[in-house]
Amino acid sequence: MFIKKLSFLGLLLCSFTFYAQDYFPKNDGVRADKNSNYTVFKNATIHVSPSETIKKGTLVIQDGKVVSVGKSSNAPANAIVVDLAGKSIYPSFIDIYTDFGVEKPERPRGGGRGSQYDNTRDGFYWNDHIRPETEAITKFEYDSKKAKQFLEAGFGVVQTHHHDGIARGTGFLVALNQAGTDAHRILESRSAEHYSFDKSRLSRQSYPTSKMGATALLRQLHHDIDWYKKGNISTKDLAIEAIIKNEGLPKFFEGDGLYDALRIDKLGDQFNKDYVIVGGGDEYKRINEIKALNRSFVLPIKFPAAMDMTDPYAASYVALEDMKHWNQAPSNPKWMADNGINFALTTFSLKSPKDFKTNLIKAIERGLSKEKALAALTTIPAAMIGKSNEVGSLKAGSWANFMITSGDVFEKDTKLYEHWIQGSKTVLKDMTAVDIDGSYTFSLEGSSYDLEVKNSTDKASGTLKKGGEKVDSKFSYKDGWVTVSFAPSDNKYIRLSTSPDGNKLRGKAILANGTEQAVSAVRNVLAEGDSKKKDKKEDVSSPEVMPLTFPNQAFGFAAQPSQETILIKNATIWTNEADGILTNTDILLKEGKISAIGKDLNERGARVIDAQGKHVTPGIIDEHTHIGAFSINESGHNSTAEVRMADVVNPDDIDIYWNLAGGVTSAQLLHGSANPIGGQSAVLKMKWGAPVDEMVLKDKKFIKFALGENVKQSNWQSFSRFPQTRMGVEQVFVDYFQRAKEYKARKNSGRPYRMDEEMETIVEILDGKRYISCHSYVQSEINMLMKVADRMGFKVNTFTHILEGYKVANKMKEHGVGGSTFSDWWAYKYEVNDAIPYNAAIMHDAGVVVAINSDDAEMSRRLNQEAAKIVKYGGVSEEDALKMVTLNPAKLLHMDDRTGSLKVGKDADVVVWSHHPLSVKARAEQTIIEGTVYFDKDRDTQLRAKVQEEKSKLTSMLLSEGSGGAGKGGKKPPTWKDKQRMHCDTIETQE
Amino acid sequence: MKTRQYIITSLVALFSVVALAQQTPAPEQSGAITITGATAHVGNGEIIENAVIVMEDGKLTTVADGKVIKMAPKGTVIDAQGKHIYPGFIATNTTLGLVEVGAVRPSNDDDEIGDMIPHVRALIAYNAESKVVESMRPNGVLMAQTRPLGGRISGTSSVVQLDAWNWEDAAYRADDGVWLNWPSSMTRGRWWLGEEPGFKPNKNYVKDIDEVKNFMENATAYAKGNTDQNLAFEAMKGVVSGAQNLYVAANGEREIRDILNFKRDMNIKNLVLVGAYEAPKVAKELAAANISVILQRVQETPSISDHDYDYNYKFAIDLVNAGVTVALGYDGEYWQVRNLPFYAGQITGQGMSDEEALKLITINPAKILGIDKTTGTLESGKDATLFISDGNALDMRTNNVTRAFIQGRDVSLETHQTKLYKRYNTKAQNGQ
Repeated sequence: MFIKKLSFLGLLLCSFTFYAQDYFPKNDGVRADKNSNYTVFKNATIHVSPSETIKKGTLVIQDGKVVSVGKSSNAPANAIVVDLAGKSIYPSFIDIYTDFGVEKPERPRGGGRGSQYDNTRDGFYWNDHIRPETEAITKFEYDSKKAKQFLEAGFGVVQTHHHDGIARGTGFLVALNQAGTDAHRILESRSAEHYSFDKSRLSRQSYPTSKMGATALLRQLHHDIDWYKKGNISTKDLAIEAIIKNEGLPKFFEGDGLYDALRIDKLGDQFNKDYVIVGGGDEYKRINEIKALNRSFVLPIKFPAAMDMTDPYAASYVALEDMKHWNQAPSNPKWMADNGINFALTTFSLKSPKDFKTNLIKAIERGLSKEKALAALTTIPAAMIGKSNEVGSLKAGSWANFMITSGDVFEKDTKLYEHWIQGSKTVLKDMTAVDIDGSYTFSLEGSSYDLEVKNSTDKASGTLKKGGEKVDSKFSYKDGWVTVSFAPSDNKYIRLSTSPDGNKLRGKAILANGTEQAVSAVRNVLAEGDSKKKDKKEDVSSPEVMPLTFPNQAFGFAAQPSQETILIKNATIWTNEADGILTNTDILLKEGKISAIGKDLNERGARVIDAQGKHVTPGIIDEHTHIGAFSINESGHNSTAEVRMADVVNPDDIDIYWNLAGGVTSAQLLHGSANPIGGQSAVLKMKWGAPVDEMVLKDKKFIKFALGENVKQSNWQSFSRFPQTRMGVEQVFVDYFQRAKEYKARKNSGRPYRMDEEMETIVEILDGKRYISCHSYVQSEINMLMKVADRMGFKVNTFTHILEGYKVANKMKEHGVGGSTFSDWWAYKYEVNDAIPYNAAIMHDAGVVVAINSDDAEMSRRLNQEAAKIVKYGGVSEEDALKMVTLNPAKLLHMDDRTGSLKVGKDADVVVWSHHPLSVKARAEQTIIEGTVYFDKDRDTQLRAKVQEEKSKLTSMLLSEGSGGAGKGGKKPPTWKDKQRMHCDTIETQE
Repeated sequence: MKTRQYIITSLVALFSVVALAQQTPAPEQSGAITITGATAHVGNGEIIENAVIVMEDGKLTTVADGKVIKMAPKGTVIDAQGKHIYPGFIATNTTLGLVEVGAVRPSNDDDEIGDMIPHVRALIAYNAESKVVESMRPNGVLMAQTRPLGGRISGTSSVVQLDAWNWEDAAYRADDGVWLNWPSSMTRGRWWLGEEPGFKPNKNYVKDIDEVKNFMENATAYAKGNTDQNLAFEAMKGVVSGAQNLYVAANGEREIRDILNFKRDMNIKNLVLVGAYEAPKVAKELAAANISVILQRVQETPSISDHDYDYNYKFAIDLVNAGVTVALGYDGEYWQVRNLPFYAGQITGQGMSDEEALKLITINPAKILGIDKTTGTLESGKDATLFISDGNALDMRTNNVTRAFIQGRDVSLETHQTKLYKRYNTKAQNGQ
């Protein structure tokens, strides 16, 4: 039966194969294959484009192209006419972002111990993950099975490419013409150029190990292209040449969501590239920021599966953030559209194009207009690749790519009958199938049977009954034949074979003994048994969509908090200035600044906080944090001065809120310590819910250096990267600074120079424009770096961790370097054997500017307690101890002109404490940054209740979604995102 | 600076008097010692202002209110006017003495291979001369439970006092209990196989529990009499009889409820829940089942981003209010254990009284470890294990230990760290 159907379809297809390549020799016949007949489709509702619909229109095609479309067209004489009364015609959808017919490479097996640092390809770029010379067309194998899935989902044209590497080369445009050959199907062999942040599976080259590394690599690549173009590279680089060749092509850049989009935009701005961003579906979370990019998007329409919440224990782990995403993600296309953001839709990231329609309808139910949806599937993707005249609409001259449907293509029950690509037809559902729904009574061997047929024009089903009882039977209705087989008694089968004839089924029955008998049964219309079910479905009201918060997760604010005028009364105020600690004093915060400190202050309209019995201090500043980051280490090279933490700030990290609850207002987000020269820091203000750009202080330029066990890779199995000893560490610095000096000299000489982001960064250090925070433990290495600095002519700004600083405090004082240390950490590795909690006190007494840092998400929210330990260990005064987590880190971060102490004119970065700030009992009650209250204990109480309320509401929604548990109704098991705790030596594992 | 000099002076004074260097355990108490004038924090919730405390032969012979009881001081008198006296703090769930330098494998003796190895004993690997161990004393941590890690049943822990020549000297209660890591109902996705990272339901959870039950049933049967020795079952005899605790580590509510059933079904007499992150949800049931709890770290960020930021700071309170015996633990940590007092202090910041919080690191762990008859409070007849602090020892701002005694022995407060401090502070003072 199956074979029969195939050949039947095959016949259909072949009969419409008009193609022939004129200039090819022909030996299997004579040239009689020319066909210039027309095909005319009349009486259809024709959607010429998203904005133009013709009722009872006529579409005329010839030789694969649209000849005309209109209200009425005079059919030429040599036309085949198809009457489509009651049916609709839509232009085929275009999927602009697929991997159709281009296989993703397998990762090579094995690989052995250790990382591979060098590139492997001669004649190409220095990084194997840059593969712009890849021409996906050369890897193309038409996949007719996959094509059929696309055709069934409404797609007639796809753009595809080789999904491998950071620069991926060119993609091409294919029409899913099942009858043609590649010669017909390939509409454009080089239609676009593709990029991503993901490394190639074809190389084990280590760099980049992180997203910030991938970002930096792309920046450097563009500088190198420029340098190459100017003819300054004497050797061949086929990768760069490919990029130059592809400059005119549209560019698609794949990200995995909102934050990649922001990154891609920055790259695009810097190098003037009009990237179309392939999104992740979470853009709605910061829709204003996305809108401001003013870029086009390709949106996957993959929505998170509902989580199975039936087991209350497992369900309790599901984060509000994930539940909200489940609830809100289907609204992403609508919100994008509402904000005027240009986007195309794609099946990319769906398991199969089959899921596309269900999800699209969900998005439409959420308010995405059908017109916009159609545009996102036709005219917009066509325009993205400059093919508006060929595909995406049914304008005269376009390819005859269209589908014939039973009605509105965006309605669930609409049937897609035929998909015509380049004038060649693929039948998906027989639109000529006769409706035989009904009940038929016939008698055989003295018994009367009822055959009930349902849904006959779609997936027909038939039930055989005898005296009202169901009989086991096999039924099929295909190609105009109804067959039924059943066994009234054991193994005595009766077969029926009939076909519809008017309101009857006529044919024959073959009895078990082989005798045949004519059968004829009259159709009786069945009562509408389905109606109940349908009504029920229509009753389902559209779900409540949860409001967005800033950030869009637990403890997000309903609206971004704003600056206030705040008068804090009757407090004990730790000024960190000459005034010392003032009791019973007021402090006025106005326009983001400290406006007055004194007794009995008054300010009309100010919000008054009564701080009787409470303490007010400057906001805590953590010189060394790794919270709020998507990645920490770029460990692919031993120097990564070119990478920037600012590229990977995660403003949604709950640790930011938890830090605020511990009184932290600012922090230096440092690169990790995987390499001697690490990446550039991001100095942040902890503005929970604000855009990253408002958190990062752009004028604060810092870089991480590191010494000792981590850079030697002592504590993990890696033996191939230089340096493996402290001897080697010194040489890395000497080498890089020497090269930086030579680079600077060349740059200053006026001769052309290769723009090198790594060298630029190191030159900034030499010029005193960028400050070093150097991870360090033992005295020998601390001493070493100061000596290298003296020799090469730069200064070390801060030694961070610096657990043996107490052994060389005098030398540090002499160099003018600060020490930012732990209060009492030690013993966790060999190089902290001699770490002592008295370290801070000794350095402080020697005149070194000392800060206490955390490097730890928990400790950072208790830095006031860590400061108290410095009083305990070494007897530093309480005032000086508090400065170690406020003013001193401000000094080390060169921001003491605006924060770190309570002084009129400085930023209103202030904490109100319940107790003495160095006491274990002290809790931050308000944490204020630039006059905006980012943490408030009362609001925190409300937010806690809100979290519970929203989770309960969403849990009910999830429980009522579909039916059954995991796996049933498409639900997925509850999952719990393991929050990765990041420290200096956290190595991100990225594919 | 003033405080600073005071510390140095007192350190110097201490050494000249006691003349004990780091690592050198103090000799047995030779004569009576009387401490007068201090505020005594008994450890059972009571405070005695102006206390008189007499230590003889390693025991407390008098703990009284100086205003009420008039007696001549015995032996050496320590005037502790204005200071505070506490029973030695007891740390539970540590690996003290088993690990010296975490990243240096040769110095790690905390995790043996094997899945069900109750016969592996922490005590015999306990390094009494550890530099980490000695660093506990200056903060008032004078006793600890040290436990093996890893596997399903990791081995057997012991209680040690932290001033000893060797592990035999150190043992306070040898082999106090067996450590079981309860299976987890959630399991981590194997991202390297393409699964989603993070946790998802563990399909093998019930099977894993069955293995534990099966082992326990076998151990119980074995304890009734068996001719062929089985080291593992032999090591479970104390758990079966109730002479030893079974410490069961679990954090989720589901797991805790399953452990309640396990205790009942297996008839386990002394079961202690360890970790217990979600125990507040099961507090009443735990109290009813007489299950004590050793909590995971108090100073830690919540496990789940939706939880209150101070979840760990306060979760002891609900348990205590429900009548559960709670001790503060350290999740198998070692060097950070000296901050145990501040774990208790952190809870006082959430509203628990100082004396109630003190119980969590004195009498409650003593009860759980089965040593409360002889230690855990400042009560006459108990060990003279105590210390003197300048102020509230639960607050890092005021925790300043000047003298410490373990079973009457006047122990050294010098450590590898104070030694380096002295050496390099002198260097710095000399302008070097």
